[in-house]
Amino acid sequence: MGLVTERAFYVVRRLLQAVPTILVIVSLNFMLVHLAPGNAADVLAGEAGSATPQYMAFLRHEFGLDKPLYLQYVDYLKNVVTLNFGYSFRDGMPVRELILQRLGPTLLLMGTTIVLSIGVGVLLGLFAGTRPNSFRDNVISVFALVSYATPLFWVGLMLILLFSIHLGWLPTSGMTNISAFYAGWQLVGDVIRHLILPAITLSLFYMALYVRLMRASMLEQSGMDYVVTARSKGLTENAITFRHVLRNACLPVVTMAGVQIGNLLGGSVVVETVFGWPGIGLLAFRALFARDLNLLLGIFFIAACLVIFVNILVDVIYTFLDPRIQLR
Amino acid sequence: MKRADIIEFFRRFSRNRAALIGLAILIIIVIAAIAGPTWYQESPFALAGRPFLPPFGHYLLGTDMLGRDELAGIIYGARTSLLIGLVATVFATLLGVLMGGVAGYYGGVVDEVLMRLTEIFQTIPSFIFAILVVAILSPSIESVILAIAVVSWPPMARLVRGEFQAMRNREFVQACIAMGMTDLRVIVVHILPNCLSTIIVTGSLMVATAILTESALSFLGLSDPNVMSWGFMVGAARDFLQRAWWLCAIPGVAILLTVLAINLVGDGLNDALNPRLRHL
Amino acid sequence: MDETILQIRNLTVDLPPWADRPQAVSGANLELRRNEILCVVGESGSGKSVMARAIMGLLPAPHLRASSGSILLEGEDLLKVSPARMRSIRCSRISMIFQEPMTALNPVKTIGVQIDEVLALHTDLPRRERTKRIVAMMESVSLSDPLRLIRAYPHQISGGQRQRAMIAMALILEPPVVIADEPTTALDVTTQSQILALIRQIQSSRHMGVLFITHDFGVVAEIADRVAVMQQGKLVEFGDAQQVLNAPQHSYTRLLIAAVPGLTPRESVLNSDALPVLSVNALDKKYRDSSGFFGRRSRTVHAAQTVTLSVRRGETLGLVGESGSGKSTLARCIARLIDADSGSVVLRDVDLMKLSRRQLRSHRKYIQMVFQDPYGSLDPRRTVGKLIAEGPIVHGMPETEAFARAYSLLELVGLDRRAAERYPHEFSGGQRQRIGIARALALEPEILVADEAVSALDVSVQAQVLRLLADIRDRFNLTMLFITHDLRVAAQVCDSIAVMRYGTIVEYGSTASVYAAPQHPYTQELFAAIPGRHWHAPVSAFSDGVDFSNEPTIRSV
Repeated sequence: MGLVTERAFYVVRRLLQAVPTILVIVSLNFMLVHLAPGNAADVLAGEAGSATPQYMAFLRHEFGLDKPLYLQYVDYLKNVVTLNFGYSFRDGMPVRELILQRLGPTLLLMGTTIVLSIGVGVLLGLFAGTRPNSFRDNVISVFALVSYATPLFWVGLMLILLFSIHLGWLPTSGMTNISAFYAGWQLVGDVIRHLILPAITLSLFYMALYVRLMRASMLEQSGMDYVVTARSKGLTENAITFRHVLRNACLPVVTMAGVQIGNLLGGSVVVETVFGWPGIGLLAFRALFARDLNLLLGIFFIAACLVIFVNILVDVIYTFLDPRIQLR
Repeated sequence: MKRADIIEFFRRFSRNRAALIGLAILIIIVIAAIAGPTWYQESPFALAGRPFLPPFGHYLLGTDMLGRDELAGIIYGARTSLLIGLVATVFATLLGVLMGGVAGYYGGVVDEVLMRLTEIFQTIPSFIFAILVVAILSPSIESVILAIAVVSWPPMARLVRGEFQAMRNREFVQACIAMGMTDLRVIVVHILPNCLSTIIVTGSLMVATAILTESALSFLGLSDPNVMSWGFMVGAARDFLQRAWWLCAIPGVAILLTVLAINLVGDGLNDALNPRLRHL
Repeated sequence: MDETILQIRNLTVDLPPWADRPQAVSGANLELRRNEILCVVGESGSGKSVMARAIMGLLPAPHLRASSGSILLEGEDLLKVSPARMRSIRCSRISMIFQEPMTALNPVKTIGVQIDEVLALHTDLPRRERTKRIVAMMESVSLSDPLRLIRAYPHQISGGQRQRAMIAMALILEPPVVIADEPTTALDVTTQSQILALIRQIQSSRHMGVLFITHDFGVVAEIADRVAVMQQGKLVEFGDAQQVLNAPQHSYTRLLIAAVPGLTPRESVLNSDALPVLSVNALDKKYRDSSGFFGRRSRTVHAAQTVTLSVRRGETLGLVGESGSGKSTLARCIARLIDADSGSVVLRDVDLMKLSRRQLRSHRKYIQMVFQDPYGSLDPRRTVGKLIAEGPIVHGMPETEAFARAYSLLELVGLDRRAAERYPHEFSGGQRQRIGIARALALEPEILVADEAVSALDVSVQAQVLRLLADIRDRFNLTMLFITHDLRVAAQVCDSIAVMRYGTIVEYGSTASVYAAPQHPYTQELFAAIPGRHWHAPVSAFSDGVDFSNEPTIRSV
């Protein structure tokens, strides 16, 4: 069997393995709704009590709240499988539509953050790890240590204070300048200008994590036997670092990046809230504010699916980096 | 642990300057959290004076947009942060050690099931899940603690499982089993003490993460309305960033210092408890 | 006589201040000639590997450094050349083969790329030429199908193939000097003999000088032209192989040689009408490598296949085999540390396999184990006294009585009773093995299972522990199951031998008969592969009773 087909089978198997995960998440959702104090219909409609009686009846019917619990569960499963998360009363739109609208900006923010945090993190970790305990290492390590301890929302606010309010260089919020009606490249430029601060804010913490990991990994790998072998071949220290150590040292960073995807999405709730970035994070905050739990549950489910998907992607990338991974 | 070990531990820990600085900061914060309320018997929600008084005037850290004493908020916030961080970590650690320990020691199907469950909990976007839990259970200290504990145990479980698995195959544990000890005795007397340093280090770093999570939750408005917290202070002052930036900056610095101090102490513990890395 | 190609003069390598002695190598003088194999022998910590690394300029940077002396490679002092010059010398004029080929190769690069790196660095050959040379080199180290192996990753090929690839890498530029640092220690005995033959053959066809570092006198007898013996950083004896092996001058050399177990089996004193204590019947154990709820294709490894054997009272049965033969799994199944799939293990008329976990607990004391790793087999957080007394206490003995037993056992295994207050890390490897034996004996077992119990020890310590085991067995008429990969060791302790391969016993008989005339082809292959099998040590600790009591490797408690 060729490597390509093996990899395809691997992806299929990973997708199959995701099924129980999704089932558990759906069950968690269902459990949360029924755990909540009060009637599940109240929870789904929002506690503020502003739902119309018609909507309440619609909800009862839709979720079959008069049926036995296991039947309700089956119905709930059916709804989720067909991506039917119900209707958002506040926004006057099906939850599915609302979420799909907001997915793009979130993916843009996440993608930029992943590239930025891994890229800069690996680079700084490499610089620090090749000269342990040097001045260069100390500066990078202190920077990473402080970034690792800083709350995201605070970084965001302080960046706004500095770059938007005091220096006036970058916009404070949103994804585009609504009043400008840009198009084409101008629009791209405008989005990039809006993207800079949120992306930096969200990247900082993860970058710090990868710097620490990469540094430790570099130190560990440079003590390995194969490094001595490379030295005994007559390679220079730079060649050893870049040809032999780097790739091995990156492996734990890639693993960690996969683990962190879920947290990254959580972080984007905070960052999108601070910067008014119109993604699902901001949607989640608004749902929270309006106590629109139905929408919140839908967001949680979609976010979980996104994490599973990105994790599979990371694992496939990993198989290219580490030949020892068994595809079977 | 024997006495010589404890002396050696303190010797190694005290050689680490960063860890000592962290410990000093942490001690100050803990003292403020414990002793502070005896100076400030007024509730941190009480109105103290004119709003937006700048720091270093009559009030050391000024007043907020409603005229509440900022310093009182910081001191009461320290209580909240440390309390939630510690209690949530204790619960998460207990759960993680139990799940990881059972999975690692018994292996087989038990391991398979528990680790799949752990993986699932690690996959779900934890912060969004925490938001959901607090939102549905309505914000209170208990629900925040529950939410944080529920999302923080998986890394601990995986770590403990790995340690237990390695220990299970170590020859001294095999010897214990061959001697006819009960599983409980093997685990409690022989395996657990040998994993304790790892658990302590991870747990201490978990407190820092828990404090960060708590601050983000309260920033979004998901905190007990009757309890002052740092994240809430930043969130409330957010709309006045232009007018009184220090109201956002000060509680943020408090969070930063606390988390940084705990991380430094955690790293110091790690270096002191794992002499393997001594000569690096 | 060939000319000297590498000359070490007065070499001293300093150790860092926290080490237990000031110098790793002190004032070593040695010369290697073109066209010879010079073996440097010594126990762990003798400084032999440090010397090898010093020649290559590979000492771990700030901690170890060559403080005086010179290393002359064809007249050029390697301690004085610039780093750039040293890099160009490495691999082209002097190269190195390492002990563990798995870790010495980069796991994420193919074999071909790793060999090609040497050619690309030191020559101007175009890629096609380089590939041709790699293929030719791989053929000359008897790697079949080189075109496939070039594209393989280290984890995809066998240990023997990996070491051959390492040798190909070291020799591709045909350097006049090769340093081999324990190149066969990590390999099974049959693979070891092939690699030794390969090194010998390439060395003589290319007239190289090989500096061969080893701890094993069998290997020395197999391939050395000349021998240098190192002790505690000092070179104590240096001469022709025949002279050093058969008429050693220095007392330390004599002691080391005496400690090498001979291949003549000891005389069995077993009572012929002794009754069987343990019988294993049709024991079967499969390992399935599968995980995940979704049908991953599983691979099955048969670790024990219908194994049947029985051990009589006072008998020592040796389970012999290479790594992966299933001997350790079998031992653990018998002690029920692993549950076998089927079969029976009958001890004192009770089938251990039928007992529930709870019932088993009280039966466990009849079968005790001594493990391989002297560092991993004792709980580092408990005192030695507690470690030994714990077993009897668990089985209901009052604490004072259990500790009294621990004290007397410590004395029995040759340690002071004050050792009871100390922690395992305060003892040397051999002493820890003694503690492990005392712990096993504390439960007064019917049968002692020793799983590679002396394999991790230096040869002189190994001889002491073997003698202790033999003493104890004879004194208490103890029954033993002795698992080992080393036929020399087995000859010294076992009454009968079971040779295992792929989970089955291929040959089973009295030690005397198996050693005199092995029947199964695999057993014959094993015997043929023993390094130095034609060499008979002039003195033996096992028959001549060489005294080890003042031996320096025993640290006083």
